[in-house]
Amino acid sequence: MTEAGPLLAAAGLGKRFGALVVLDAVDFTVGAGEAVGIVGPNGAGKTTLLNVLSGRYAPEAGRIAFGGEDVTALDVASRCRRGLARSHQIPRPFGGMTVFENLLVAAEAGAGARARAAERRVLETLALCGMVGLANRRGETLGLLDRKRLELARALATEPALLLLDEIGAGLTDGEARGLVEIIRAIRERGVAIVWIEHIVHVLVQVVGRLVCMDAGRVIADGLPAAVLRDAAVIDAYLGSAAHVPAHG
Amino acid sequence: MSGAGDLGGNDPRVERWTPRAALFVAAALAMLGVLAFGPALFSAGVTERLSELFIYVVLAVMWNVLAGYGGLVSVGQQAFFGLGAYVAIRLSAAGVSVYPALALAALVVGGLALPIGEVMLRLAGGEFAIGMWVVAELAHLLVNLDPLVQGETGTSLIALDAFGVAARRADTYWAALAAMTLLLALVFLMLRGRLGTALQAIRDDDVAAASIGVRVLATKRVVFVLAAAGAALAGALWLATAITFQPRAYFSVQWTAYMIFMTLVGGLGTFEGPVIGALLFFAVETAFGASGVWYLVGLGAAALGFALFAPRGVWGAFAARFSPRLLPLGYHVVTPRHGVLGGREDT
Repeated sequence: MTEAGPLLAAAGLGKRFGALVVLDAVDFTVGAGEAVGIVGPNGAGKTTLLNVLSGRYAPEAGRIAFGGEDVTALDVASRCRRGLARSHQIPRPFGGMTVFENLLVAAEAGAGARARAAERRVLETLALCGMVGLANRRGETLGLLDRKRLELARALATEPALLLLDEIGAGLTDGEARGLVEIIRAIRERGVAIVWIEHIVHVLVQVVGRLVCMDAGRVIADGLPAAVLRDAAVIDAYLGSAAHVPAHG
Repeated sequence: MSGAGDLGGNDPRVERWTPRAALFVAAALAMLGVLAFGPALFSAGVTERLSELFIYVVLAVMWNVLAGYGGLVSVGQQAFFGLGAYVAIRLSAAGVSVYPALALAALVVGGLALPIGEVMLRLAGGEFAIGMWVVAELAHLLVNLDPLVQGETGTSLIALDAFGVAARRADTYWAALAAMTLLLALVFLMLRGRLGTALQAIRDDDVAAASIGVRVLATKRVVFVLAAAGAALAGALWLATAITFQPRAYFSVQWTAYMIFMTLVGGLGTFEGPVIGALLFFAVETAFGASGVWYLVGLGAAALGFALFAPRGVWGAFAARFSPRLLPLGYHVVTPRHGVLGGREDT
C-alpha cells in the first residue's frame, strides 16, 4: 500500500439477499496501481463484492472510501466519474452504436473529455486494445472475444484509477485469454489499479501481484498469489485438491 | 498490442460530415425553404393538410426522442397534447395574443412536466407506460373541471375568429412548419452532441451506460420534459387548425397510438425514422382515412406486423443494411492509408 493510504478501502461490507448472507463483514483494500485477483467458489460473493464496490448494490453494512473520499452513498455513474470503473461478466455493448461511439460515450461521460480530446482519447484506447480496425463496426455485430475487448476498452476510456474486471476471461479459449492478458498488462503499466475476478487462476496469476480468496461471503485468504494458493483453507474451499494448483509456486 | 498505437503519420481520424451528408442536409434545407412559401404555392386544402403533416412529424419525432432514445415507452403522451391545447386556450382567454400563446403553452406544459417526471421516472418499463396513461386520464378530468371548458361540451379558440380564413390558414401553416423545423433542429443538435451519445447509450443498455458514467436519470429527465413540451406544442397547433376544443378529442389515447405507429413503422431510435413514419402515416390516412373502422384496423395490423417482423422499421432496416449516413450524426473512423475501416456495418 502507498504511504498516502489505499486507493480503495472497504471496511465491514455486509450484503444479504433475503435470508442469504452474501457478504459478511468484508474488508478489502487496493493500493494505487496495484493489481489484485479475487478467486473463490461459485456463490462466494465475488461478483456481489464487485457490484457493491462499483455502486450497483448498496451494502447493508460497511463503508467504501475511494481516493480518500467516502463513496458509499454514490451511485454507479458518480463513482465512475471519480475513476472507479468496471467491466461486466456478460458483455453489455451498445448494440446500435459503433465501437468508436461505444468508447466515445465513456470518454465523454466517464472521463469528462470533450470534442477533439474525447475523440483522441478513444483512438488511443482503441489502439491500446488492438481494436482500431473494428472502430466502425456496430456493437451488436461483434463476436464474444471482441465484445469482451470492447467491454474492457470502454471501461478504460473512462480514464479509471481503478478498473474492476468481472470474469473477463470466462468463455474464451486459452489463446484468446492470452490476448486479453496482454491488454490488461498494458493497462496496468499505465498505472491503473486492477481488481480482477477470474476462475482461470493460471491466467490471473500472470497479471496480479496479490490474490484474495473468498468463500461464503468472507475473505479467507489475502496475500501473495503463491502463498494464497498453498493456503490450506483455500485448497479446501476452492481448489478442492492440490492436483489443481497450477505450478506457479 | 501497445505497438498498434504507433501508426505514425497514418493516424486514424474521425469523420462526421461527408459530401453526401452535406448534400442531403442542403437538400433538406432547400425543401424547407420551398415549404416556407407553401400558402402561396398550394391550394387551401393542401395547405391545411400539410399543416397537419407537420404536426404529425412533431408528434412522431417527440415520441421517438422519449421512447427511442430515452427508453421511456409512454402511452400517455396525449396528456401533454391535451394540456398544450388547454393551456393555449387559457392563455388566449387571459389576453395573450393567439399565436404567441401556442408557443407559450408548450413552455408552460414543459414546466408542468418537471414535477410529473419526478414522480413518473421512478417507475420502470410497463409501470411507466401505464402510469402515463393514468396521468393523461387525470389531466383530462382536471381540465373538464374548468368552467371555461364546460366539461365535454368544450370551447374554442375564439381569438382566431379575429383573423380572416385565408390569413388564419397561412399563419397556422407557418406556425406548424416553424415548430417542426425548430424541433427537428433541436433534436438534431442534441443528438450530435454529448447528450446524443449518452442518449443512444441509454437506448441500448441503461445499466451499461450508468457504469461508464452516464447520468441516466438526469438525461431521462431532459428527454421527458422535451417530449412533453413537443407534444404540447403539437396539441396547441392542432387547436389552431381545428379551433374547437373538446377535451375528449384531445386527451384521446389515439394520439399516442398515432405516435407509436409512426415511430415503429419509420424506425424507433433513429433520427430519420419518425419523419418517414409520419410521411407514411399521412399517405395512408390520405388514401384510406375515409374508410372508417377498417382504416383503424389496418393501421393496428400494420403496427403489429412491423413490431413482430421488422422491429427496426423502414428506415432502421434500410440504415442497418446500407449505412447511408445521410446525416452527420454518427462518427466514422478513417485511416489515410487504408481508407474507411470496415465500411459496411452489417458484416
